[in-house]
Amino acid sequence: MKVTVDGRELEVPKGKPVIDAAREAGVYIPHFCHHPRLEPVGMCRACLVELETPRGNLLTPSCTLFAADGQVVHTTTPVVKKAQEGVLEFLLINHPLDCPVCDKGGECPLQDQTVGYGPGESRFVEEKRHYEKPIAISDLVLLDRERCILCARCVRFADEVAGDPLIEFAARGNNTQIATFPDEPFSSYFSGNTVQICPVGALTAVPYRFRARPWDLRKAESTCHHCSAGESIEIDTSQNDVLRFTGVDNDATNQGWLNDKCRFGFEFIGSKDRLRVPLIKNEDGTFREAGWAEALDLTARRLKEIADASGGDVIAGLGGARGTNEDAYAFSKFMRSVIGSNHVDAQMDDGLDPKLLAAVDRKATIGDLDTATSILVWGPDLKEESGTLYLRVRQAAQKRGVKLVVVHPRRTGLDDCTEQKITYRPGQGPEVLRALAAGDGEYAAARAVLDEGPVIAIVGRTGLTEDPRLAESIAAFALTLPDAKVMPFARRSNVYGALDMGLAPGLLPGRVALDDPDQVAAFEAVFGAVPDHEGRDARGILEGLEGGELKALVMVGADPVRDVPNGALAARALDAAEFTVALDLFLTDSSSRADVVFPAETFAEKEGTTTNLEGRVQKVARIVAGPGQTQPDWSILEEIAHRMGTPMGFEDAASVGAEIARVAPAYQGVEWGDLRGDGVVVPRSGACQPLRYQPADNDVASVSAPLALHLARTLYDDGVEMRHSLSLHHLAPGARVHLHPADAATLGVEEGDEVTVETASGAASVPATFDASLARGVVYVPFNQFGTPSLGDGLEVTVRKGVDG
Amino acid sequence: MSAYPQVLTKRMLEHPSDSNTISVYEETGGYRSARMALDMTRDDLVEMVKSSGLIGRGGAGFSAGMKWSFLAPPRPSYLVVNADESEPGTFKDRQLLERDPHQMIEGMIITSVANEVHEAFIYIRGEYPKPARRVQRALAEAYEKGYLGRGIFGTDYDLDVTVHLGGGAYICGEETALINSLEGRRGEPRLKPPYFPAAKGLYMMPTIVNNVETVSNLPFIIEHGADAYKALGDEADTGTFLFSVSGHVAKPGNYELPRGITWRELIFDVAGGIRNGNGLKTWIPGGASAPWFVPSEHLDDPITREACDKAGSMLGSGAVIVMDDTTCVVRAAERVVRFFSHESCGQCTPCREGTTWEEQVLRRIEMGAGREVDADLLLDIADNISPGLAWPPKMTTICPLGPSSVSPITSITKYFKDEVMQHIHGGGCPFE
Repeated sequence: MKVTVDGRELEVPKGKPVIDAAREAGVYIPHFCHHPRLEPVGMCRACLVELETPRGNLLTPSCTLFAADGQVVHTTTPVVKKAQEGVLEFLLINHPLDCPVCDKGGECPLQDQTVGYGPGESRFVEEKRHYEKPIAISDLVLLDRERCILCARCVRFADEVAGDPLIEFAARGNNTQIATFPDEPFSSYFSGNTVQICPVGALTAVPYRFRARPWDLRKAESTCHHCSAGESIEIDTSQNDVLRFTGVDNDATNQGWLNDKCRFGFEFIGSKDRLRVPLIKNEDGTFREAGWAEALDLTARRLKEIADASGGDVIAGLGGARGTNEDAYAFSKFMRSVIGSNHVDAQMDDGLDPKLLAAVDRKATIGDLDTATSILVWGPDLKEESGTLYLRVRQAAQKRGVKLVVVHPRRTGLDDCTEQKITYRPGQGPEVLRALAAGDGEYAAARAVLDEGPVIAIVGRTGLTEDPRLAESIAAFALTLPDAKVMPFARRSNVYGALDMGLAPGLLPGRVALDDPDQVAAFEAVFGAVPDHEGRDARGILEGLEGGELKALVMVGADPVRDVPNGALAARALDAAEFTVALDLFLTDSSSRADVVFPAETFAEKEGTTTNLEGRVQKVARIVAGPGQTQPDWSILEEIAHRMGTPMGFEDAASVGAEIARVAPAYQGVEWGDLRGDGVVVPRSGACQPLRYQPADNDVASVSAPLALHLARTLYDDGVEMRHSLSLHHLAPGARVHLHPADAATLGVEEGDEVTVETASGAASVPATFDASLARGVVYVPFNQFGTPSLGDGLEVTVRKGVDG
Repeated sequence: MSAYPQVLTKRMLEHPSDSNTISVYEETGGYRSARMALDMTRDDLVEMVKSSGLIGRGGAGFSAGMKWSFLAPPRPSYLVVNADESEPGTFKDRQLLERDPHQMIEGMIITSVANEVHEAFIYIRGEYPKPARRVQRALAEAYEKGYLGRGIFGTDYDLDVTVHLGGGAYICGEETALINSLEGRRGEPRLKPPYFPAAKGLYMMPTIVNNVETVSNLPFIIEHGADAYKALGDEADTGTFLFSVSGHVAKPGNYELPRGITWRELIFDVAGGIRNGNGLKTWIPGGASAPWFVPSEHLDDPITREACDKAGSMLGSGAVIVMDDTTCVVRAAERVVRFFSHESCGQCTPCREGTTWEEQVLRRIEMGAGREVDADLLLDIADNISPGLAWPPKMTTICPLGPSSVSPITSITKYFKDEVMQHIHGGGCPFE
């Protein structure tokens, strides 16, 4: 389309809003309600331009003017300028003069556009409207109705993008105000985005309010480390304190949005409880602070002793999913080359087959969700475990007409835009899969939806009691569908990077299969020898430690006592080990059981890369210095290796990165300099990926039980970083169990009663909540909540009224 | 009875106590046209209505037949009758709803049959409980006789009518805001394009929105033909027109008149002249949105759409508000502007903020705290809502409500500037 703007002819795709086309051509048009990621509403009237028509020039908003051939638009005529000044004067007549005390000052579109496009003075001498201010509309967001210019960005975001229409206009005309519904605060997982897109200081965030002025902030772009989508963020700091994260618009991943855990979950970085110096355990079980030399020497000596006595394969490693790829690679090399063991796992017995996650053939990208015709989601509730995937799938369904089939034991955040929802009991997944694949009976409609390709399947574990092999069977089925790609899902931080670095029993760095002699030989030619015994996974490692077959454990950013479903097993394993060393940020239930603890750096305190669930490698940036004497994981491991007599040769993070690019086949050619913008999806063209995993039907057996336990994660829980992020910690649902009302009636349980939930591995006394979205016979317990002991991962559960003595 | 031809009010004048019942309606020839319409083709019906020259009676004055012909193919399509009558000075639909609801219902049947509509709605303003009750009763009577519901009049045409009460907002008389309200959303106008009701209306389906009076004309047109309707009234303004005359006249009320008579005739003959022997100062010709007329310029103009447009105002909904020489025009203007400020939906900046500001300035002038600059300030605020203060108005807004608030301001500035300045210089209202 040829559109002329201020005399310049532009080539514009049909239907593109003229305001966006103009901006891309360097012509800025003032606006407030317009946002490139929201549907245009033409409400604020600041973006008025003159459009030539046969009946003369028409004053029209440029955000709702969609490019058509031959349009001639003027943005700087006297009529337009008068209209702009008029609109800005109108906006300011009821806007309070709060700039000196308003968070937004300095990064405020109203300030900036008033200076650029408004009148020099206001002529208003009447009384402005007044409201009580601010009012809390949720635990995290405060509302100042006097400042609000009623642009509706927050309302539109909450409804259109997040699917949480909890905030809306009330009253009309000059009394219009933002309001929440009675008894329903704005407790959306995505509420923080409204603070970021509010063009004035009407919405402010509790963790940031009054903390800084924008011109005092040091800023760096980085990658979020909470979940595996790898959102692009900007970290804002002042005087070495991290004060704020904001979302950066990366079209490949998060498109500017963050969930509130990613956005506000940074306070742990500056927590007073951060480990600052190495700790060594005393005889009586308490810790004493120690110097690096002493702690490193002790660790190196004990590990060498044990390896020399019994072989390297009695030592295991857990963790590596919470650090950078460089940390993970160093850990992998440490275990293989220095210790001589393949017993290493970045997952906490709570994920999927590492080969499926790291190296599946026909892996989908997040962008593929936009162009699918149908999407199958059979895994966790994405709203709880991956905000970015949730928002992207919702957008695909609501804006692009993509049809969703969702399979889950209870309601999910996507249900309202789902074409076909299948609710089922954990344990019966294999039956459901067979019936769905065949299109039997009630599954015929869902099966028919999946006949229209391209199909993207997001597969994962719906809960921790479900057999992880089921996800592979689902993936195998999905890949028979037309033009199908699959996205095997695991949620923890940099787990994909960790697996790519070989932190899994059957993998070597760069997507090399340990059980393929040719692949191993090629790898060893560059890397050096690797042990040839079969590696244990996390569960195997813990069982081995408990039983005595394994004697020592290296934990890197891992908390198995809380993260492994059978936490009791993890506790026993750690207590039974002869020697345990932990690299961690805090003393946790796991690191407090170690013999030596080293203080580690967070992702904001070191340079490096991470890899997301697409295989996209992105950079994290060092923006603050770690407290005390913290060091990055790779450096601590290098020191230990050095003192064991086998240094790994790492001088800085970049040198680790360079070795990865040299040694790990799938990561060949990845240079830090290339990772600006939206990073690089590996393998790059020219690099090869030795392992291309074909999912196969695992023929998992169905398991049934009178009551089946659904153990699933919620966004907010009692995880380590949550515990130290004070703005968020109290938002976790806490100890509770969900029962279907009919099941509760059979058990004689009423809403709110204390009940005892018991499995073969443990028991918990928690209050009961009714949940009619559950399949009958399913009991849902949110995982890792304060006050809920570990229940293990068995499917069978009993529930009875009353508390155990 | 009346000296003028009667189409809409004939029945209610001849049967003052029970013209709303179905028995009287049918005795007087009602529901013949509906049967005739069911025997005609859609094209013929639309053509007949077009050639009758029937224009919308809601205020916008758009050709009804042409509006019907814009309707996109049904998927399904809907009919919504706009009974939100909220323009100050308008009270004609109220009489039609209370005293001849079957005439409207029959008109709805005809409209529906002409446009393949099987579900129709009547949106009645919430402040009209009695008219709503009368309409509900009439609908029940029609359903009982098989004139609505499954297979009306023994044919296989289905038609259901639902009444919905508004929540008390003038803006819901705007057709897209009405549709939003009917859908359960906030009563806010939609952007046009793309949300023209004929293409994307109720539930995003093709929808006709017609005023009560417009629809009530259809039984006559179908029964007597387009030419008979054209013979009443004017070449350009066919048929009759309901005028709601209020204010300082001796005989305020609703009058069914042909267009083409003069304002003098309307005010001094039909409505009995000014009360108490006072003089005529000014009048609003077509509802609160219309610029005002004055005796020195407009008294002998014919009341036609064309003449009103040429004089810089509009016939609108036929609401004539007459003010005598005891009226303070500043106070009157403030009252009108206050109405618009109160009724603004709040979506767009110039209307929401601008009408409030206009109201505040006018009130200050009336209270005696007006400043020298306020007269020009008022005009500039108005200009920022309606650039150029032109007629028909240009808009910086989403809908014409904001620009409507400008009419009283331009009117008093044009014709009564001295009185405005008297307030400012005198520090108070000279009429107090």
